[in-house]
Amino acid sequence: MMMESIKLTIDDTPVEVPEGTTLLDAAKGQGIMVPALCHMDLSGIGFHSGNASCRLCVVEVDGRRNLAPACTTLASPGMVVKTRTPRVLGARRINLELLLSDHPKECLSCIKSGHCELQDLAETMGVREISYEGAVSSHAKDTSSPSIVRDPSKCVMCRRCENICREVQGVGVLTAVNRGFESVVVTAFDRDLDQTMCTYCGQCVAVCPTGALSEKDDTESVIRALADPKKSVVVQVAPAVRTALGESFGMAPGTLVTGKLATSLRRLGFDYVFDTDFAADLTIMEEASELLDRLTRHLQGDASVKLPIITSCCPAWVTHLEKRFPDLLDYPSSARSPMQMFGSIAKSYFAEKIGVARTDMVVVSVMPCVAKKAECAREEFATDGNPDVDITLTTRELASLIKRFNIDFKSLPEGDFDAPLGESTGAAVIFGTTGGVIEAAARTAYEFHTGTSLTQVDFHGLRGFEGIRSATIDFAGINVKIGIAHGLANARVLMEEIRKGSSEFHAIEVMACPGGCIGGGGQPFHQGDEAIIRARQKAIYSEDKGKTLRKSHENPHIKRLYEEFLGAPLGEKAHGLLHTHYVDRSGKKTK
Amino acid sequence: MTFVQAKLSPTAVRELKSICQSFGNDKGELINILHKSQEFCGYLPPDVQEVIAEELDIPVSTIYGVVTFYSLFVMEPRGKYHISICTGTACFVKGAMDVMDEFKLLLGIDMGETTPDGNYSIDSLRCIGACGLAPVVMVGDKIYGRVTPDDVIGILDNYK
Repeated sequence: MMMESIKLTIDDTPVEVPEGTTLLDAAKGQGIMVPALCHMDLSGIGFHSGNASCRLCVVEVDGRRNLAPACTTLASPGMVVKTRTPRVLGARRINLELLLSDHPKECLSCIKSGHCELQDLAETMGVREISYEGAVSSHAKDTSSPSIVRDPSKCVMCRRCENICREVQGVGVLTAVNRGFESVVVTAFDRDLDQTMCTYCGQCVAVCPTGALSEKDDTESVIRALADPKKSVVVQVAPAVRTALGESFGMAPGTLVTGKLATSLRRLGFDYVFDTDFAADLTIMEEASELLDRLTRHLQGDASVKLPIITSCCPAWVTHLEKRFPDLLDYPSSARSPMQMFGSIAKSYFAEKIGVARTDMVVVSVMPCVAKKAECAREEFATDGNPDVDITLTTRELASLIKRFNIDFKSLPEGDFDAPLGESTGAAVIFGTTGGVIEAAARTAYEFHTGTSLTQVDFHGLRGFEGIRSATIDFAGINVKIGIAHGLANARVLMEEIRKGSSEFHAIEVMACPGGCIGGGGQPFHQGDEAIIRARQKAIYSEDKGKTLRKSHENPHIKRLYEEFLGAPLGEKAHGLLHTHYVDRSGKKTK
Repeated sequence: MTFVQAKLSPTAVRELKSICQSFGNDKGELINILHKSQEFCGYLPPDVQEVIAEELDIPVSTIYGVVTFYSLFVMEPRGKYHISICTGTACFVKGAMDVMDEFKLLLGIDMGETTPDGNYSIDSLRCIGACGLAPVVMVGDKIYGRVTPDDVIGILDNYK
């Protein structure tokens, strides 16, 4: 169908846009950046928020009495729009000053300082004083969860968090309550986050314009561990971190900083600089074996086999599963996430190798994720109360740490990860994006099953940003049907099919965050720029392409780990160290 | 914030579910369902909202948002006699706040509260369209017009 094109005038310039374009987008096409706060558009990865409530994007439209919100007003033929008249600029500033008058003035020490959209707007709108003084709303801070801190006093009621939690994640923990001056976004009945269905995915944090939602800051614990001479401090870094960390130092989105990342970690003082990618290869060894095991038994007519097998690397997804689908806990793979497999191997195999007691080893992980903070605190991932992974930092926290240690990141020389837990293949790298885990599993499962070598390792059918995707891979005569979902609301669609018994898939990959880990809740803020997330994905696939080894089972250090220590995939030792179980967490108390 | 926790009996849960079902479990009918549920329970404590959320398959936070938005919905039990003082513009100008203060004084409770014996609760409401009678007070369904602070004790005498 041909889209009608609309001709209008914006700031005396004739403009032509497709029907259905908002004035905000039409202006953007002309290089006019109309300010906005409640608006956030990531439509390409399934999120759009805009209640037209902040009124910071108002513009003048000839023939219209009041000012129009550019974010929701559609361009219409012959419209004459003015975006920078004194009336417009004045009205926007009044609206912003009113927001600021009810906002804590603690910007210098706020966790969001330097990344705050409200602060940016005050600067771009030239606010030099706040003329309104009045009541300031105050709400208790919620520090109940190991991942997310809520500080509703800093809420500006843009409702992006509420929208992403309900629409993209289908979780709906956050809601706007009350009305007028009393209104604020909180949880149902103002319960602490750990008493709700929250999965700690952190997408609320990723889209919050202010410091109302943030990750729990664990940087001080890392600084203390690094300064303790009795501790061997080991660090692991997730694949998605290297695609985004550079953004925190002014580098272009999609710049791969793997080498500088390794150097910076060494300069921070970590004793061993390792890579979660190593453990991702390990995950694939176990998960691909589990897939084949279930598939083979299924084909032999074993009715007790649960298919589809579902990936279990994403901690927000696992929590969601336990809270929302307690009847389906037999479906996910029992394989632990790469981060936890790493911790487990570091404190057993590696600790033995270097002759350090597990209690004298501190494992720090750097993740694009805030849910990982809750994952490493799970009881089952500890031995005698000593956790396999002691501290988890987000990409943002690592950036902050590098700055605090006075390291000029951009000028760092390239370095390498240490052996043996720092070696990885391309298959591990793509764990960082939606579709990547299942592609990595397919590369290995195919070769395990057929005994032949893949000539083409790129499974393009599994890639992309569509919320739910599917593909069929021919495993020498067996058509393996694969489903992929990112965003928990999309995952729910596939789960409901399993519940009804109508799922056609053999394997399903789920990642909670839009785009997968590259769009994780712990990454540098994208501030609504979808191109940033796309650039990170491109970086992931290019890192994979550049690797000599691109299949997990070809990683020589993984082979040696099985020979020297683990035995066979799914074997007894592997089971104890690399697998887990799931618990019904739907209980009345955790509503 | 803590709310009164109602211990819902299985019968009450069944009734709440049947209210939802009488509206076809339609999310769009939430406000009507809440009205009926409040008629049934007297108020809408968390447990009631959770039953409705589960039945309609919507997050309980959505219901909590609606309940806190509309002053008609309450989360605390009201008194046997619920007193609403109109504080719309006309009533306000004609001295509704003085009337309200008198009620507060005589009953020893604040707006939105209920007396410990459970007999009286007071609240404000916005215009009920009886501006000619301002200031207006409603007790249950009964309307009192042109109320002065001196009338308050007499009104309360009707409800013992």
